[in-house]
Amino acid sequence: MSEYQHSVSLDADKCIGCTSCLRQCPTEAIRIRDGRAKIRAELCIDCGNCIRVCQHKAKQAVFDRLEDIDPKFKWRIVLPAPSLYGQFDELKDVGCLLQALLRCGFDEYYEVARAAEIISECTRRYMRKPDIVFPVISSACPAIVRLIRQRFPELCDNILPILPPVEYASRMAKAEALKQHPELRKDEICTVFISPCPAKTSYAKNGLSATKSSIDYVVSMSDMYFKLLPYIKKAEPGKVRSQSGIAGVNWASSGGESEGLYSDRYLAADGMVNAIQVLDAIEDGKFPHLEFVELNACPGGCVGGAAAVENPYIAKARIHGMRHSLPSNQNYLRLINQKPDYVPEYVMVDSPIINHVPEVRLSDNLAEAMRMMQRIDEIYKMLPQIDCGSCGAPTCRAFAEDVVKGECQIDDCVVYLRRMVQENPSGKRRPNDGP
Amino acid sequence: MDVFRLHFDIDGGSFASAGNASVEVKKTLRQLGVSNAVIRRCSIAMYEGEINMVIHADGGTADVEVYPDRIVMVLEDHGPGIPDVELAMKEGYSTATEQIHNMGFGAGMGLPNMKRSSDDLKIETKVGVGTKITMVVRL
Ligand SMILES: Nc1ncnc2c1ncn2[C@@H]1O[C@H](COP(=O)(O)OP(=O)(O)OP(=O)(O)O)[C@@H](O)[C@H]1O
Ligand code: SF4
Ligand code: SF4
Ligand SMILES: [Mg+2]
Repeated sequence: MSEYQHSVSLDADKCIGCTSCLRQCPTEAIRIRDGRAKIRAELCIDCGNCIRVCQHKAKQAVFDRLEDIDPKFKWRIVLPAPSLYGQFDELKDVGCLLQALLRCGFDEYYEVARAAEIISECTRRYMRKPDIVFPVISSACPAIVRLIRQRFPELCDNILPILPPVEYASRMAKAEALKQHPELRKDEICTVFISPCPAKTSYAKNGLSATKSSIDYVVSMSDMYFKLLPYIKKAEPGKVRSQSGIAGVNWASSGGESEGLYSDRYLAADGMVNAIQVLDAIEDGKFPHLEFVELNACPGGCVGGAAAVENPYIAKARIHGMRHSLPSNQNYLRLINQKPDYVPEYVMVDSPIINHVPEVRLSDNLAEAMRMMQRIDEIYKMLPQIDCGSCGAPTCRAFAEDVVKGECQIDDCVVYLRRMVQENPSGKRRPNDGP
Repeated sequence: MDVFRLHFDIDGGSFASAGNASVEVKKTLRQLGVSNAVIRRCSIAMYEGEINMVIHADGGTADVEVYPDRIVMVLEDHGPGIPDVELAMKEGYSTATEQIHNMGFGAGMGLPNMKRSSDDLKIETKVGVGTKITMVVRL
C-alpha cells in the first residue's frame, strides 16, 4: 500500500517556532525542533487546527489550483460543498452561485447537497438493519474518520459504511455526464470539489480505508471565493434553480446531517476537543441508547473549515435564511418493492473501514514498555507541569515521553534547567542519567 | 519490572470529570502495547466503576496495576456500601434517583457491564463503611 498523502504541510521559511500550534493539535503530532515546527506524519489527521491558529501562515493546506487541471479533461464538473452556500453576503439565491460557477469555466455542476439527501435516505435505511453496531457514527468528516481509525480502533465498526456525500456526488456526476454526452469518453470527464478543508483533499487522495475516491481535483473554498465574487454580483436571481432541498444544504453545519435522519436519539458535536470526548465516552459504553453520532472536526461543522472564508456562525445563519426559498428535500432514491432496510450497493463503501493505529507502543516487549512508562512518570514528576511548550513538546507529559524515547534531553526544559542550576550551581548530576 | 501502577482520586462532586481516569488508562495501555480488545474491556470496566463512585459513593480512589499477564483495577470508596450485592449485580437494578435518571444514568447496567468486561470481579462492601471492587482482566 502506498504512503498516506497528507494535505497539511509546513512552510519552514515562514515558521518561527512560536509554539502557537503545539497545543492546538488534537493528536499531539507537532513538536518544535531546531526552532521550527515538525509534524509527525503518522499522527496527523489533517484536521487543519494548526492552520487556523498559525499567525505566520506557515501551516498550509495543500489544494489543487484551477490552472492545474489537465487539459485532457474536456468536461469539468464542479462539486460545490454545501458550506459554500453560506460564504457570500451578496448571494440572492443558490441559482446565482450555480450561474457563477459556470462562468468560472466549469462545464457543469453537481451540488454535493443533492448527494447528501440521498445519503440521508440511505442512512435511514441502513439504521433499520437488525445486525448493525450502534451508535452509528457519520463517515462524512475525513478528519474524524482518520481519528477513529487511529485512536479509537474498536469503534471502526460503528462508522457508517456508506460513501460520504462528496464521493457519491462525484460518482453520480460522472455517470450522468456520460449518459447525457455520449460523445465524451470516461477519461475526458473530471470532477472538481470546492472544499472547506484540507481533510477532504486527503480524502480525495487517499480514499476511505480501501475505498478509492473518484474526485479528481480539490480546490480551496477561499481561492474560489474571490474568483466567484464578481460573477455572483452579476448573476440573475430566479433564473436557475437549485436541485437540492434545504435538507441537503443543512449538512453545511453541525447537526444538519443528524436532522435528516428523523431520529431523536442522535448526538452532534463539533470541534476536535468535543469530538474526542464523545468518542471516549462511546468507547466506554456511555450512551447505550444512542442511535447516531455526527462529529465534525471543525467548530460549527464544515462552515468552520480551515479554508472557509466567512465566520461559521454567520455562514450558518445565511443558510438558515435559505429555508424559505428551497423545498425541504428534492432527491430521492425512488426504490420500488424494496425492504425498508435495503441499501443499494452503489452507495456502500467498497470494503470495510479498518483501523490504522500508528505505533504508539513504547516497546514491543511489555516488560520493557513498563520500565519506560515508569521512567516517564519519574521524569514527569521532576518537570514543572505547566505545559509551557518552550521545550518544543505540547505538554510536560509528552516531553517526558520524548526524553525517555531518546528524542531529547531533560535539560531541554528551561524551567528544570534553571532550577537545577540554582540548587546546585556546580553540580554535574543529571537525573535523566538514572539513579 | 513486574508491575506498573497508576493512581487516581475520583472527585465525588464532579460528573464532568468522571471518565477521566478511564481515558488516562486507555492511553497508558496503548503505549504499553496492550491489545485493542483488552483496552476496550478495561476502559468500560473502569468507566462504570468510576461513575458508580461518583453517583453512589461521593467519590473514591482507583488504582490500576499492570502485570505481565494481567491488569488489576481496584476501586475503593467510603460511601454507603451495597446492602445486597446479589441484587445490585442484577441487570436493571438501580437505586439511582429521578434526578440521576434524567442525567442518563441509572439503567442498572454498570455492575453487570463490569462483570462482563472483566475476567474476575470481587466486591467487598460493608453498609456504612464503603465498597472495594477488584477487577482483573487477563492479557
Ligand atoms: N460504589 C458503590 N457504592 C454504593 N452503592 C453502589 C456502588 N456501586 C453500585 N452501587 C449500587 O448498586 C446499584 C447497581 O449499580 P449499577 O452500576 O449496576 O447501576 P446504576 O449505577 O444504578 O446504573 P447505571 O450504571 O446503569 O448507570 C446502584 O444503583 C447502587 O445502589
Ligand atoms: S492538521 Fe491537525 S492533526 Fe495535523 S498537525 Fe495540524 S493540528 Fe495536528
Ligand atoms: S468538519 Fe467538515 S470542513 Fe471540517 S475537517 Fe471535517 S469535513 Fe472538513
Ligand atoms: Mg452504575
